[in-house]
Amino acid sequence: MRSGFRPSRTLLAVCAAPAAAFFAAFWLLPVVRLLALPAEQGLAAYFVVLTNGRYLQSLLQTLGLSLVVTLATLVIGALVGITLARQRFRGRQLLLSLLTLPLSFPGVIIGFFMILLGGRQGVLADLTNSLGWGRVTFAYGLLGLFLAYLYFSLPRAIATYTAAAEAMDAQLEEAARSMGASRWNVARDVWIPELAPTTLACGAIVFATAMGAFGTAFTLSAKFEVLPITIYNEFTNYANFALAASLSIALGVITWAVLWISRRVSGSVAI
Amino acid sequence: MRNARQAPLSLMLLTALVAVFMLAPIALSVMAGLVNNYSAGLKSGLTTRWLFEVWDNYGNTVVWSLAIAAMCVIGNLLIGVPCAYMLARTQSRWARLFEELLTLPVAVPGLASALALILAYGTLQGFRQSFAFILVGHMVFTLPFMVRTVSSALQKHELLALEEAARSLGASFSQRFLGVLVPAVLPAIIAGSLMVFTLSVGEFNLTWMLHTPLTRTLPVGLADSYASMRIEIGSAYTLVFLVVILPVLWALQAVGTLIGKHYGN
Repeated sequence: MRSGFRPSRTLLAVCAAPAAAFFAAFWLLPVVRLLALPAEQGLAAYFVVLTNGRYLQSLLQTLGLSLVVTLATLVIGALVGITLARQRFRGRQLLLSLLTLPLSFPGVIIGFFMILLGGRQGVLADLTNSLGWGRVTFAYGLLGLFLAYLYFSLPRAIATYTAAAEAMDAQLEEAARSMGASRWNVARDVWIPELAPTTLACGAIVFATAMGAFGTAFTLSAKFEVLPITIYNEFTNYANFALAASLSIALGVITWAVLWISRRVSGSVAI
Repeated sequence: MRNARQAPLSLMLLTALVAVFMLAPIALSVMAGLVNNYSAGLKSGLTTRWLFEVWDNYGNTVVWSLAIAAMCVIGNLLIGVPCAYMLARTQSRWARLFEELLTLPVAVPGLASALALILAYGTLQGFRQSFAFILVGHMVFTLPFMVRTVSSALQKHELLALEEAARSLGASFSQRFLGVLVPAVLPAIIAGSLMVFTLSVGEFNLTWMLHTPLTRTLPVGLADSYASMRIEIGSAYTLVFLVVILPVLWALQAVGTLIGKHYGN
């Protein structure tokens, strides 16, 4: 704002009014109602996710799965991203765009992919059946969920790390190398610090997405219950609105806090 | 220096493995949607019968998904771009708070936003049973993407000077806004629109809660077909997504890149 020019306050208010009205009517107001709903059953209703064994277990399972998926995504995404950024080969650009393709897939498709790989009629089941081991499946359990979450998280990580690694200063690494640093030393002293902001921002988004992922788990109708599925069941099967609201609040607060902290620390705009 | 920058074999292998993991299910699903009988495999012969069956049963979900995504873009352009201007031209704490609030629907799981909408408006039958119910859900979820993208483009100092120059020459606000600012940030507006379109087409978390039997979108239809039908139908439906939606997204992307180049930002 170096120049002295400022539009009038009235003008700015008029500009923001339609969006503000829309947002207030269709998100803020409904969410305030959602926030107030558990209060009808007393303050304790807000903490049901911590006090009830079943919901606590669902929360811990979701947290654990999301954390492990985030770590795996960051490690694999970084290694693949760095490789794709430096290795020149034919079809590299095509491979990169194919790998980022799943970013526009709905979660349900990814659940279906896992069924094709590890479901009752899946590739693995056919293979083990022909070997005489019976139909082995993994799609509906923890492994299926883990691989599905990995599937929708990896494209983002690979794209982000490839872009970050391509933008990196090659001279720093060459200097380190010429002074006799080993591959591992280069990774530790050059790569990891340079990629730290990317890792933080990307990790927060991957974690938040995994926490809220509903479509994938819904398609796999998993035996391993995650919180979005618990909320859905409470709402539709038991019409337990206050409880569903309370669990949603818990989930929302966790994901929002993670995104907020990462934005504060890295200073970048990560939605 | 060529050798030093060569990736080790282990990393190449990992990349290949990840590529197989990401691409094999796509290929598998395309194949499964085109064979007569999935359990018999390619031997049972190729057919387009599943594709036609999907189109008969779910063709309207494809059309509605694209229509909702387009309406979502238009709605967010109308309310989001002026809002982005406000956020770009003020530093008041209230505006920052408003910006933070606007991004909340992205951080909060879609399921929660959908629950809230149902609790607040579920009793308005006419609204609840129309596509507008899904549309408002998609709009609150995608609005921050439009606003943030356009607002950061509008913040550039050159634009502020340009706008001031236009004003000192007597241009009214609407002349400045439509004649100077909007053309200047057109690439950002297009990038935002694309993001909104893509997100809306693929949105399931909110939509599953907001839909009714008569207002289904493509992801909702997909979930429905996966749950109740044969694997061939599910695969053929997935194939419809791949061949109808992805080309649309690619075409929009290409137009976006073209305009971005033309306006040279």
